Amino acid sequence: MSWNWQAIITYFPELLKSSVTTIELVFLSCVFGLIFGVILGLLRLAKNPLIKALPFAYIFFFRGTPLLVQIFLIYYGLGQFDFMQNSALWDPVFSQPYWCAIIAFTLNTSAYIAEIVRGAIGSIPKGELEAADTIGMSHRQKLRRIVLPRAFGIMLPAYSNEVIFMLKGSALAATITVVDLTYTAKGIMAKTYLPLEIYFAAGVIYLIISWVILFGFRLFERSINKHKRYTPPTLVIPK
Amino acid sequence: MFDLQGYGPLLLQGTIVTIKLAIVSLLFGLTFGLLGATAKLSNIWLLRKIADVYTTIVRGIPELLMVFFIYFGGSVIIAAIAEQFGYFGRIDISHFWSGVAALSIMFGAYATEVFRMAIEEIPQGQWESAQSLGMRPFQTFWRIILPQMWVVALPGLGNLFLVLLKDTALVSIIGLKDLMYYSTRAVTSTQQPFTFYLAAALIYLCLTIVITISMGWCEWRANPAARYAKRLTSSKRGQS
Repeated sequence: MSWNWQAIITYFPELLKSSVTTIELVFLSCVFGLIFGVILGLLRLAKNPLIKALPFAYIFFFRGTPLLVQIFLIYYGLGQFDFMQNSALWDPVFSQPYWCAIIAFTLNTSAYIAEIVRGAIGSIPKGELEAADTIGMSHRQKLRRIVLPRAFGIMLPAYSNEVIFMLKGSALAATITVVDLTYTAKGIMAKTYLPLEIYFAAGVIYLIISWVILFGFRLFERSINKHKRYTPPTLVIPK
Repeated sequence: MFDLQGYGPLLLQGTIVTIKLAIVSLLFGLTFGLLGATAKLSNIWLLRKIADVYTTIVRGIPELLMVFFIYFGGSVIIAAIAEQFGYFGRIDISHFWSGVAALSIMFGAYATEVFRMAIEEIPQGQWESAQSLGMRPFQTFWRIILPQMWVVALPGLGNLFLVLLKDTALVSIIGLKDLMYYSTRAVTSTQQPFTFYLAAALIYLCLTIVITISMGWCEWRANPAARYAKRLTSSKRGQS
C-alpha cells in the first residue's frame, strides 16, 4: 500500500466544490431549526398541560430515533400517500432530495434546540425575572426584552455544539443522493478505489469547516457576553 | 399485532443485531474512553497529545464518513498487511466488526471527555489518602477513583449510549443486516416506505426508553450515598 498524494491533489477541488452543498444544508437547517426550536421550547414551558404535551411528544420522537430513519421517512415515506404526491408542493419540494434533507435536519435539530432553549430559560436567575415583573412589564415585554436575550446568551455554547452535530449529521444527506461532500467522496472512491486517501481528504475538509464554525461562535460569544467580562471601574476618591 | 405483512419477525431479527452491535460497541467504547481519559490525565506529554488528536478528529468528522473510512479503508489496510505475508487474494472484512470499530471509536472519543471530567471532579485528597495507605496508583484508580467516578460519569455516558444506539443505523448503509437494513428490504418489496420506516422508528424509540430506564437504575445502583439517604428519610417518616 502506498499513500497516493496525487489523488488527493487531483480530487481536492471537486471535494471543495461539493462542500458548498454541505455548508448550505447546515446553514439553512440551522436557521430554520433555530426559529422552530425556540417556538417549541417556549411551548414546552407553557402552563397548559395540553399545549405542553405536543412539543414533548415531538421532542421525544425526534430525539429518540436515528436521523437516518427520519430522513428516509420524509424522502421515501411521504411518497406512500397519494395526497402528498398530488399536492402542489410535491414537485418543487417533497420529491427533491435536497429539500427533504433540509426538512429532516430542521425537524431533527429543532427538537434538540428546544431542549437547549428550555434549559437556558430555566437557568436565568430568578431575580431578573422578578425585577422585570416589578417594573411592570407585560408577559410579552418580559419575553422579548429579558427572557429571550438572556437565554440566547446562555444557550450559545450549547447551540454551537448543536451546529457541529448538524454538520456531522449532514453527511447523511448522501444516503438520499444529495451531492454533498460525503456523496462526492464516495463517488470518487468508487472510481479510483483509494478509500484511505479520499476519505482522509473529505475528513480534513469537515474538520476545517467545524473549526471555522467553532471559531465564529467563539467570536460571537465574546461579543454577546461582553457584560460578563466588564469590570466596573474602581471609584477613586480624591483626597 | 406485530406482523407487518409478514415482515415483523424479520424486523425483530434485525433489532437483535442492532442491540448486539450497540452493546458490543459500548463495551469497546468504554475501554477506549477509559484509556483516552487516562492518557489525557497522564504526565507523559506524548500520550496527552495523542489523546487530544484522537478526540478532536473523531468529534469533528461525520459518523457516516467514519463508518465508510473504517469499512472501505480497513479492507485496504488489511489487504496491505496480508500482502506483506504473501497473501494476494480478496479480503472482505466483517460488516459487524467494522461497525463495532467505527461506533466504539466514536463513542470512545466522547466518553474520554466524560471520564476526564468525572475523574477531575474527584477531590485530590482521595488520591493522597489512598497513597498514604500504601496503595499503588493502579490500585487507587481501580478501588477508589473508579467506583466514585461512575456516579459523576453515568448521566453523560447514558446520553452517549443513546447517541450510539442511534448511530447503529448507519452501519446498515455498509450492509450489516440490522433493523434499518431489514426495513429497507421490506420497503423495496412492499412499496410501503412510510409504514416500515415508522415501524423501525418506533422500535428505536422503544429501545431508547429501555436504555433511559436502565440508565436511571444504574445511576441509582452507582450512588450508595443517595440510596442510604433515601432509606434514612423513609425510615424516619415511618417512625413519626
